[in-house]
Amino acid sequence: MEDRKTIRKWFWVWSFEEEEDWLNEMAMNGWVLESVSLLTYHFARCEPGEYSVRLEMHSYDETYLSFMKETGAEYIGRMAMWIYFRKKTADGPFDLFSDIDSRIRHLDKISKMLAAVGAANLLIGIANSFSPARLGWINLLCATLLMYSLGRIHGKKEALERERLLHE
Amino acid sequence: MSEGFALTESTYYILLSLVKPRHGYGIMQLTEELSGGRVHLAAGTLYGALNALSAKGWIIQLPTDDESRRKEYRLTAKGLQALKIEVARLRELADNGERILREV
Repeated sequence: MEDRKTIRKWFWVWSFEEEEDWLNEMAMNGWVLESVSLLTYHFARCEPGEYSVRLEMHSYDETYLSFMKETGAEYIGRMAMWIYFRKKTADGPFDLFSDIDSRIRHLDKISKMLAAVGAANLLIGIANSFSPARLGWINLLCATLLMYSLGRIHGKKEALERERLLHE
Repeated sequence: MSEGFALTESTYYILLSLVKPRHGYGIMQLTEELSGGRVHLAAGTLYGALNALSAKGWIIQLPTDDESRRKEYRLTAKGLQALKIEVARLRELADNGERILREV
């Protein structure tokens, strides 16, 4: 029986929760995430349900990683702006966010990144539209997609803010 | 999160935990213990709150000679004051609730 497997999979930025659900489903089926590379997930065999897996958008921050380690979470790796952690379920519940405010802050972080990359693509796209190569449309397409992502993330944030009106 | 506003449950338990010096995991454990397992502080939420509370001057990170050791935090005088105000506010809420519900 194989001890390792690699799956290539694509998730849109607004489906990071689905990505996390999928990784936990894999762990429930005896495959825990061991490392990540571009659009690629590497799994190792584990006892079914032995681990919980969590992911979040976080810029490079050594202090945060050592803080997470102190709390018993194991850092798996980074894929672009996303970092992945796991923790044995026997060591207690594992969440990255436990209140609405910090979930909203996380979505804000994602929005800022999308807006920055989106604006850069828009500018490059406009500039390239006047260049002889005429490849500006690629950047404009990227910018459109990033703005759409921004809208999806904003929708999630609004739902949380409505909830925040009544409780924390 | 200015003076005069209600603290979040997370902030309240973090401040309460830091009356004595504690590291992150210690705060998570004490919060869970004090609330009888009801309040669970997630690591990312706690990290954000510790940074915000430090910036506000309500807690300080204690200096360590060994970089590899877990970082400990403690309440400042300003933090203690905020905590006392919050306890008084919570007592008012609970007292009013009990008084009015007694008449129902």
